[in-house]
Amino acid sequence: MAGGRDHLMTTTRKHSDELHLALYRKMFQIRRFEEEAARAYAQGKIGGFLHLYIGQEPVAVGAVAALQPTDYAITTYRDHGLALARGTTSRAAMAELFGKVTGCSKGLGGSMHFFDVEHNMLGGYGIVGGHVPLAVGTAFASKYRQDGRVAIVFLGEGAVSIGDFHEGMSLAALWKLPIVIVVENNEYAMGTSLSRTLSVEDVSLKAVGYGMARDRFFANHVLEVHDRIGEAIDRARTTSEPTLVEVRTYRFRGHSMSDPGKYRTPDELEERKRKDPLMVSRAELEEKGHQAALQKIEAEIEAEIEDAVRFADESPEPGPELLEATTYKGAFAR
Amino acid sequence: MSVMRYREAVRAAMIEEMERDERVYLIGEEVGAYQGAYKVSEGMLERFGPKRVIDAPITESGFTGISIGAAMVGLRPIVEYMTWNFSAVAFDQILNNAAKIRQMSGGQLHVPIVLRAPNGSARQVGSQHSHAMEHFYAHVPGLKVLAPATPADAKGLLKAAIRDDDPVLFMESETLYNVKGEVPDDPDFVVPMGQARVAREGKDVSIIAYGRPVHLALEAAAQLEKEGIDAEVVDLRSLRPLDEEALVRTVQKTHRAVLTYEGWPYGGVGGEVVDRIQRLAFDELDAPILRVTFRDVPMPYNAKLEQYVLPQPDRIADAVREVLYRKG
Repeated sequence: MAGGRDHLMTTTRKHSDELHLALYRKMFQIRRFEEEAARAYAQGKIGGFLHLYIGQEPVAVGAVAALQPTDYAITTYRDHGLALARGTTSRAAMAELFGKVTGCSKGLGGSMHFFDVEHNMLGGYGIVGGHVPLAVGTAFASKYRQDGRVAIVFLGEGAVSIGDFHEGMSLAALWKLPIVIVVENNEYAMGTSLSRTLSVEDVSLKAVGYGMARDRFFANHVLEVHDRIGEAIDRARTTSEPTLVEVRTYRFRGHSMSDPGKYRTPDELEERKRKDPLMVSRAELEEKGHQAALQKIEAEIEAEIEDAVRFADESPEPGPELLEATTYKGAFAR
Repeated sequence: MSVMRYREAVRAAMIEEMERDERVYLIGEEVGAYQGAYKVSEGMLERFGPKRVIDAPITESGFTGISIGAAMVGLRPIVEYMTWNFSAVAFDQILNNAAKIRQMSGGQLHVPIVLRAPNGSARQVGSQHSHAMEHFYAHVPGLKVLAPATPADAKGLLKAAIRDDDPVLFMESETLYNVKGEVPDDPDFVVPMGQARVAREGKDVSIIAYGRPVHLALEAAAQLEKEGIDAEVVDLRSLRPLDEEALVRTVQKTHRAVLTYEGWPYGGVGGEVVDRIQRLAFDELDAPILRVTFRDVPMPYNAKLEQYVLPQPDRIADAVREVLYRKG
């Protein structure tokens, strides 16, 4: 069956160093963005929840690099990485966290609800699994209009037990919709480990019952993600077939900022950090003689993030006049 | 003008709007090959084909979510539930996605979707199939809720709903589908949302209703006329937005009001209407406002008990006598 490869091997890569450097830049931007967001959160500049993507960067970055700009992307509440990968600016993203009107959702969405329609980032959603049918709906619209767009949706392995995941899978397969459903399996549904949430560890097997193509691999390398998800994207675009892709990954931070992390050992965390895909890419590029390019990228990103924090700090807050206008498109219905 | 049944008026609105706009499609359980669980979509599959009249498996949350997603990127779906009762399993999609996406996105997106189905009681279908769901949904900012009582309003309001850029929830009734009435043929006949209709002029008391109970209110008014009581019947038609001016106008005229609708007495649309009237026309009232609703229990199957629980013309007339202090 198409995409039925069930191994966790890394394939050989054939990409240019320019692409790899560009993807490293994105991953480094997300890493530094979130480290500064965590700092701002500790300073009380960001409220509510803050779910960090640190450790999982190659998933969004690799996948987005295989998309066309017109393709639709939707994710869960752990959404900063996808938005930045799609092209949301560090300024608009940081300002959103700070609740400012210059944010990508005008300060009305917050960390969990990044939207950037210009870049076809159609949202971060806070109800686990509830966004899967939405993403399938964007693929439905593509097929309805025959416009060649593909949809991609990201969710955690904690979402594969809830009904909306299955209804979305069922209808995507039944109607042969051009979508890639990416399960970012970071091994913990909040604080509950994989073995305690799923009777079958191989999440990609969920595709079998729906007659859907599947793939499964470790996100050890951003180019591996690019290639493997790229295959699924090509399948969606050329034959309008959905694919379930399980990407094994790991988050280095807690579920959210209030997570004491008692469900995993410091040794486990340290072991995983040694395999940090960001550092894997950096070491590989350094070895290939790109030291100067790496330093330039890192300096530019440092300046960009510093500027984003300043911008977010100095930006005005949204006023109450925005509220009714963003509740209904037409006249307010009361 | 044509005389048509309520179900035909709903169908005519969908057909006209689908002919007018390629982006409009109909999706739901049994809407296509089966010709509609209540024959509302009869003939539409043959007319528009399976691309635009789509039979969905039993996945209310799935096909609601998919249609919200499709609406986010520019389609204009009509989602039919077999009954509004089954929307309960899609409640999260309606509450958290249809109603919130515009605000969460800072106004970048909007969701032009129509959700429609028969609502409220039918005949002895038991407690799980007799819910009046409008009360749950009218509470939610970001949604609009309509409940037409006549074929003309069914057509005109549904066309307005399909043309609207926000999520509109459209409450039909199995017990109204066979009701006949005159309906304008003009393809641009649209009934604007947020406007109530005086279904019967009167001066002594206002009976305020929507949906099926409008017809009960008219029966009660005919009964009361024999006692010399001249009741006005106001059909709200639109629950959110709600026509405050019409409420004030009728109470200024009669100074007494009885509400009747399906659903339980705790809170709900009726509680909202009472609040608006007391707030906007307190000095006009000569009596407390009374409500005739479902009795405050799940709907029983037994035919006599079901009738006991439902609003009835007699109960409405009793409430009218009470607000007129004509009750012993």
